[in-house]
Amino acid sequence: MLDATPAPLVKVRGLKMYFPVYTGILRRHTGDVKAVDGVSFDILQGETLGLVGESGCGKSTVGRALLRLYDLTGGSVEIDGEDIAKLSPEALRKKRPTMQMVFQDPQASLNPRMTLAQIVGEPLVEHADLSATDRDARIHQLMDQVGLNRRFANRFPHEFSGGQRQRIGIARALALNPKFIVCDEPITALDVSIQAQVVNLLEDLQDRLGLTYLFISHDLSMVRHIADRVAVMYLGRIAELSPRDALYDRPLHPYAEALLSAVNEPDPNLARRERIILQGDVPSPAKPPKGCNFNTRCPRVMDICRSVKPELAQVEPGRLVACHLYSNIPHAGSTGGPEVYEHLQQGVNT
Amino acid sequence: MTDLRAAAQASTRPESQWRAIWQQFRTHKGAAFGLVVLAILILAVLIGPFVWHPAKLTVVEAIKSKNLGPTWRFPLGTDQIGRDMLGRMIQAGKVSLAVGFVAMLIALTFGTTIGILAGYFKRLDGPLMRLTDIFLSLPLIPLLLVLVMLFRDNVAGILGPELGAFTLIVFAIGITSWMQAARIVRGEVLALKEREYVIASRSIGAPARRIILRHILPNVISPVMVAATLGIADAIITESVLSFLGLGFPPDFPTWGRLLFDGLSYLQLYPERVIWPGLAISLTVLSVNYIGDGLRDALDPRIRGR
Repeated sequence: MLDATPAPLVKVRGLKMYFPVYTGILRRHTGDVKAVDGVSFDILQGETLGLVGESGCGKSTVGRALLRLYDLTGGSVEIDGEDIAKLSPEALRKKRPTMQMVFQDPQASLNPRMTLAQIVGEPLVEHADLSATDRDARIHQLMDQVGLNRRFANRFPHEFSGGQRQRIGIARALALNPKFIVCDEPITALDVSIQAQVVNLLEDLQDRLGLTYLFISHDLSMVRHIADRVAVMYLGRIAELSPRDALYDRPLHPYAEALLSAVNEPDPNLARRERIILQGDVPSPAKPPKGCNFNTRCPRVMDICRSVKPELAQVEPGRLVACHLYSNIPHAGSTGGPEVYEHLQQGVNT
Repeated sequence: MTDLRAAAQASTRPESQWRAIWQQFRTHKGAAFGLVVLAILILAVLIGPFVWHPAKLTVVEAIKSKNLGPTWRFPLGTDQIGRDMLGRMIQAGKVSLAVGFVAMLIALTFGTTIGILAGYFKRLDGPLMRLTDIFLSLPLIPLLLVLVMLFRDNVAGILGPELGAFTLIVFAIGITSWMQAARIVRGEVLALKEREYVIASRSIGAPARRIILRHILPNVISPVMVAATLGIADAIITESVLSFLGLGFPPDFPTWGRLLFDGLSYLQLYPERVIWPGLAISLTVLSVNYIGDGLRDALDPRIRGR
């Protein structure tokens, strides 16, 4: 990802998404829930970036912020060369076709009072200037692409199974020929046999249409299947961002290590990874701990972790880790300040 | 992969939903019954005056024939000054039904608009809901009285006494009964606008007005339907209260509510004088209620399939 690779399609720098907390009779602004607190990453053209982490760590918020479904608190999101955080409403509307989203709950993401054709056709009505006949042709083409029978066009969402509903959601996302699709836990609400179908469909579409995905999930084995690189999030920050195989073979960040130790090994003859059970609970994102966000639960916590926030930095080629364990590899054991190789976070190099 | 023959046969144009809605509506027994009853009532008040010509009585005849029971000449009897009750019921029904429906429509349009604006646009939520609270806290009857007192003559001057009274009453009732609908709709919209299909529509880049028309409005239809059916009953009753207080229609201008109150003083001697207008109001409310029920079910594709 350093050179000789295509330019990143999505460039996120220091993304911050705070939700204000108002308390008391006067509804005074007393604090923020720091759902996403300084996240930076790139997604290359045609790549799938997996985003994993436990519930409430800010995965979905990142996904929605990337499409500017929220107004960002800080940072920049550059998609295809334009910083969408600063676009005017009209420019943003013009930009929308480039980036689309597939939602978690296929039931909730489809309006129960619209037919399949109306749902899939909605983006076309909004953006494409097509005659009714052309629009129907395009809707049918999209239905073919995601493997839905054309006879279903007049049916309502409740008449479909979960997997079919998710296909409708995917067809809607594809309608405007997007370059970038945020898949917000698209398979979580489906049962396992359907999960594979949907993931294979997504991969198939990526091959055919050259799509770029941000694949948000907490299903680690599914992410391993589909993602090229994986970012592990914890409490609003990226703990580790590594190529998939490297991460799954040898996670560097202690949290990534603990998280991945929970993946079951399908082959009973192979030795099981040792399970790392973390103690305690995730701190509240309204009051994250001082220093490293993970210091309250980290099995390898050091003094420095409690005072200095580690930056996401490259520790091995292509591998970015935000941990003090790796910030001073040359002189291990030293308690000196963090000597990072390359800052990639907190807007330092923007 | 796809069955090509089936695909070729499949209709290319999405078919109209109105047929399916009508099919489902007919299967709802209560709704069909309500529709028939309401149709009879409406036909009676519209066609009634052409079919039933109450006998013209001289003053002496009128005095002789007051407070009569049902006879062939006066199928519903006569009132305390000898007027034919059937003729008055028919005349009254036209006004009452019109007041009920128009006032309900005004209240509903107003309430739904305010509810949706307050629920969808956070900035408008505070001001609009405080306005709703203010209207809710106003004592209704005095307000109506003041409204009618102040504007009756002006409006009557422009539109004539009867149409003027009608316009003023309908408007006054509509403007004072939209609050419930607004609160219900706002609550519903607050929940709906966080639904993923609304977020999906936003991610497509649909402007707010189209999100509201396409996703929010069709999904608040059930509570609005309930508010509407109750609103008709309320409007008819409120009109009768106003008439009773002498600030509605002119005294000799019958409405169901007016007949009800006129009959009230003779309740023990001639109970039928209260029963007829009461029955008409109840039947209207009940049938509208059932129609609303059926319509709500018919408009929901999840129920329609069954």
